[in-house]
Amino acid sequence: MLIKQAPDIRSSEITDERLYRNRRQFIRAASGAAVGAVAGATVLGQYDGALHAQEPISDLRKSPLSTDEDPNSYEDITSYNNFYEFGTDKGDPARYADEMTIAPWSVRIEGEMHTPAADVDIDDLLRPHTLEERIYRLRCVEAWSMVVPWVGFPLGDLIKRFEPTSKAKFVKFTTLHRPEEMRGQRSRVLQWPYVEALRMDEAMHPLAILAVGMYGKTLLNQQGAPLRLVVPWKYGFKSIKSIVKIEFVEDQPRNSWNISAPNEYGFYSNVNPEVNHPRWSQASERRIGSFFRIRTQMFNGYADQVASLYDGMDLERNF
Amino acid sequence: MGVRRIKPWVFAACLIPLGLLVWRGFTGGLTANPIEFITHRTGDWTLRFLLIALAITPLRRLTGWAALASFRRMLGLFAFFYVVLHFSTYVVLDFFFAFDLILDDIVERRYITAGFTGFVLLIPLALTSTQRMIRRLGGARWRRLHRLIYVAAIAGVVHYYWLVKADVRLPLIYAAILAVLLGTRLWFRFAKSAQKRSRVVSPTKRSGDVAADAGTVG
Ligand code: HEM
Repeated sequence: MLIKQAPDIRSSEITDERLYRNRRQFIRAASGAAVGAVAGATVLGQYDGALHAQEPISDLRKSPLSTDEDPNSYEDITSYNNFYEFGTDKGDPARYADEMTIAPWSVRIEGEMHTPAADVDIDDLLRPHTLEERIYRLRCVEAWSMVVPWVGFPLGDLIKRFEPTSKAKFVKFTTLHRPEEMRGQRSRVLQWPYVEALRMDEAMHPLAILAVGMYGKTLLNQQGAPLRLVVPWKYGFKSIKSIVKIEFVEDQPRNSWNISAPNEYGFYSNVNPEVNHPRWSQASERRIGSFFRIRTQMFNGYADQVASLYDGMDLERNF
Repeated sequence: MGVRRIKPWVFAACLIPLGLLVWRGFTGGLTANPIEFITHRTGDWTLRFLLIALAITPLRRLTGWAALASFRRMLGLFAFFYVVLHFSTYVVLDFFFAFDLILDDIVERRYITAGFTGFVLLIPLALTSTQRMIRRLGGARWRRLHRLIYVAAIAGVVHYYWLVKADVRLPLIYAAILAVLLGTRLWFRFAKSAQKRSRVVSPTKRSGDVAADAGTVG
């Protein structure tokens, strides 16, 4: 696995308290699950800074669902993305996302489920899950793409834990709303808080994951720390970031971009080179880091795994 | 300071945006998506130069500084210079001469249609920007032709408004500036014809102003 080694600097020089705590959280989650208690204790014992945050991650489980394409550089992935909560320029998330506090963090789980609604601390939320590496293509609706080595676990595993009832047809996600720390939310570019949703069978699909890390490190805030969705066969905006609420609902929710421009962004938003965005073509894309455009693939290249979810559906209408 | 002395400096200043792009190119400052970055910057400066060129006449009228008019052509040509860079970035870097896709874009994507319209309208203006062409066409015809810059600027703003995903604040700011710039022209036109009418009744001493206006596109 490609891990960039940072130079050996003491944590106190480069890591502020918040980041430090976030990394500890991550280690606990990772070690508790993948590495086992003993290794975890060792790591915690040695922990003295950002460098070692990478250690438990070298034991990450690989996944057959990963692509063997080369991931984009850490630098590119963390400096160029959309997260409108911090501004509409693709450099804004990297510029301003560290204004967001992510510890403490809890996720509200509620709705049509057998277990009682609860505010679950992020540590408790992650503890039972086994983290693995998932190297996925990511295709933005703006016709650029990347390959990202996520660290996460199947969303379906989490859903099962909270035992949704038969009335739960959709899973709805909500991003943190905190305008004082998320400057983009101070203007009404989109309706805040940002919401997204998946149909239950999409959410249970093994490709859909909740990510907590990338390149063997915890997510940076601009990537949607501490917890985000990754749905690789859909346009990037479906993969909601910095999640504070997960709801099981009966009726199909409307997602933020659909509310903003219903004729441009549908509920499904599956990557589909044949259905153009009314304003730009979806037939090709630019892979960040390479010069020539490449052809966009149906379901972003995951058709073999996910096409059956949409059997009999008119994807032109359900875009 | 004389116009002759200032002109080279203004010319150099107009090249700064390009210089900054080149500088960023050499220092890795073009972001993870350099082609998009270049497209955006050259597009921004096309629009800005169009607006700056359009601001000259109102400013001249406001300040009475007639020499301002001699910058107008240069500024307009810089707008053209940046749109050529902008369009070339699109054709060469973005689509690498995939003319089928480009044609498709021009016909089907309304924001590209608008931008392309703006670009095409600027071509005859650039071609007829020489003294010789002004003489050949004759002042009146030349002026009428060069009113196309209004349409090009409107097309440019519409292009911008249509290409943003949700944040229309900047396009609207550009639209407002353009509206003011075009509005002053209408206003002057009415003021002028009102003046002419009133002059029939009681001649005033404003004829100097009118003469100054006649030399330039409104
Ligand atoms: C008068 C002519 C034009 C003006 C004033 C203009 C202006 C602009 C502006 C202001 C932007 C946005 C920059 C930003 O977001 O910071 C832009 C983007 C763009 N323009 Fe133009 N443009 C013109 C002509 C064209 C032409 C002829 C083409 C191609 C055929 C074109 C293609 C594009 C593209 C592809 C983008 C980027 C769109 C995106 O990021 O989604 N433009 N232009």
